[in-house]
Amino acid sequence: MAVTLSESAAKHVANFIARRGKGYGIRLGVRTSGCSGMAYKLEFVDATEDEDVVFESHGVKVIVDPKSLPYIDGTELDFVREGLNEGFKFNNPNVKDSCGCGESFNV
Amino acid sequence: MALLQIAEPGMSTEPHRHRLAAGIDLGTTNSLVATVRNGIAVCLADEEGRAMLPSVVHYKADGTVEVGRGAMAAQAVDPRNTIVSVKRFMGRGLKDVTHVESSPYDFVDAPGMVRLRTVQGIKSPVEVSAEILKVLRARAEAALGGELTGVVITVPAYFDDAQRQATKDAATLAGLNVLRLLNEPTAAAVAYGLDNASEGIYAVYDLGGGTFDLSILKLSRGVFEVLSTNGDAALGGDDFDHRLFCWILDQSHIEPPSSEDARRLQMKAREVKELLTGSDEAPIRVSLASGEEVNLAVSRRQFEDMTAHLVKKTLAPMRKALRDAGLAPEDVKGVVMVGGATRMPQIQRSVAEFFGQEPLTNLDPDKVVALGAAIQANVLAGNRKDEDDWLLLDVIPLSLGLETMGGLTEKIIPRNSTLPIARAQEFTTFKDGQTAMAFHVVQGERELVSDCRSLARFELRGIPPMVAGAARIRVTFQVDADGLLSVSAREMSSGVEASVLVKPSYGLTDDEIAGMLREGVDHAGDDMLARALREQQVEADRLMEATEYALAQDGDLLDESERTAIDQAFAALREACDGTDHRRIKQCIDALARATDEFAARRMDRSVRSALTGHKLDEIEL
Repeated sequence: MAVTLSESAAKHVANFIARRGKGYGIRLGVRTSGCSGMAYKLEFVDATEDEDVVFESHGVKVIVDPKSLPYIDGTELDFVREGLNEGFKFNNPNVKDSCGCGESFNV
Repeated sequence: MALLQIAEPGMSTEPHRHRLAAGIDLGTTNSLVATVRNGIAVCLADEEGRAMLPSVVHYKADGTVEVGRGAMAAQAVDPRNTIVSVKRFMGRGLKDVTHVESSPYDFVDAPGMVRLRTVQGIKSPVEVSAEILKVLRARAEAALGGELTGVVITVPAYFDDAQRQATKDAATLAGLNVLRLLNEPTAAAVAYGLDNASEGIYAVYDLGGGTFDLSILKLSRGVFEVLSTNGDAALGGDDFDHRLFCWILDQSHIEPPSSEDARRLQMKAREVKELLTGSDEAPIRVSLASGEEVNLAVSRRQFEDMTAHLVKKTLAPMRKALRDAGLAPEDVKGVVMVGGATRMPQIQRSVAEFFGQEPLTNLDPDKVVALGAAIQANVLAGNRKDEDDWLLLDVIPLSLGLETMGGLTEKIIPRNSTLPIARAQEFTTFKDGQTAMAFHVVQGERELVSDCRSLARFELRGIPPMVAGAARIRVTFQVDADGLLSVSAREMSSGVEASVLVKPSYGLTDDEIAGMLREGVDHAGDDMLARALREQQVEADRLMEATEYALAQDGDLLDESERTAIDQAFAALREACDGTDHRRIKQCIDALARATDEFAARRMDRSVRSALTGHKLDEIEL
């Protein structure tokens, strides 16, 4: 399994990194918090940690820490537009239920 | 469902705790809202993809309010209830409003700020601005998917306290939490990342729709100081449109056009102007209501020739701003372009020529102020880790002080002090037994209170009676991060206190504010003389009062000729005081002091003798 980006997400990430002027890739992860137990983490990466798992998807480096990986393995990150709002969305096959806002989930 | 944004490393926020922040450029002609998304500042567009919201508010008879393009269309049919350029009225009294006669509005003179009578009742400029802010707030919250934590709103560098307070009030009315008001040129510089650049002098050239502002900024240790501002409140991109419009009328021999045709031609003129930024020639084809056809072509060269005088008009304010700051064009390290009109190649050329370097143009000049505000809002909301590098401070535009004896200004906080700031100074009583003190808070660079702007007056009462000079009254000036001032006075022995939050009664015109800065420099010599004169007058008053008191008490110590000499010196001083020659007053003060020397010595003897009378020598401690 792996963690991947949709083509649109990859394009946007690459674009954001270019405009930010620096960045090795993007980190996807989870933290234990939020109303349904787990919350997603989405950050730029300037330096990786030793134990990090690095994937590559559409030319963009995707970094996941080993503790997060079981929760999000198989996830595809997508970039979507909803009305005026736009942003990234985790399509995570491991999720059993999530809170209404989609920011946190349970496996 | 909330969509995620990419955070800086280690800065992912807790779910439901995203600190959504936005920057707002509340402009005279157009307003914008921007935010930092995925680490990059972007302007937020409406459903139709337009970022700019015309700053026009239409109060409709049915009780609804329309803002933006729809309101703009109502301007022709319902001008009285369609408020355009409300920013010009913010924090201003009726007498500050220029062209009241030619304005379509029904102005109501009210204490503090002018009001406008509309079909929906009397509206203050604060309420009108709040309508614009509400639309931007709704747009930002829709785009970010949540409530805004706070916003940064930009204001012109020359905005005074009244205008800043009015802007803040409008935001509160629109339900926005203002993190900071930021000077527009400073915001533009931030958008270009100049706050991270090396220290130096930067110029911000802002040619908007109807106004031209030039600011000279100095960046040192992460702090922007506004060294000087200058401009022309009646010069903007619209004048270029108008020049082209007149040329079209002239070339096509239509006169006078109906108002419908005039509007069509004006819109065409603007379109052609924009077209000429990218191409060397543009066609002008308009069908008029009368069925007439206008079919012309204009080259960029022709357009540049017909507007050369307008470009030239921006040069004088540039020279003046530099002169006020005591700088030459080559001292300027970078030039930031703001305002849609700066897209015109002839503008960019003239600026490049003047400063001897290419101006910064890679950001959209219409959006650059809002982008800078968004970056600042993001920092203030706490969404960046390396905040220390981003601690951007602003400065106060004009010195703040108090009136002291003789109508002189005592500056407590000098201009260009970084905000927030608090400064205290001790004052004392002027007369024996004085139990109250009046404070007059003024703003400006001039030495005489009459040449500065009066901000507020308040009184401290209940000072315990003491001899002149014994009371210690501590006056504290505090300016918060938005440039708003509060002043408090406290008598140190008794603890009696009085304070005032400065909400000035009415504002100044743009020209006056810019002018006040200029005058401070231009009148440095006059001010020095005026200060010297007042100082001598105050000193003379003090001496005459003391002499009169002494004569009444101990006049019997003098013989007739001595008394005459003192009276003569006294009269000479009184006469000199009515004149304007501070040297003459000084001479007379010295003369009176000399004439009373002997008298003073005798009074001293008498008081010592009376103190000693009836006491034995060993009772007196020496």
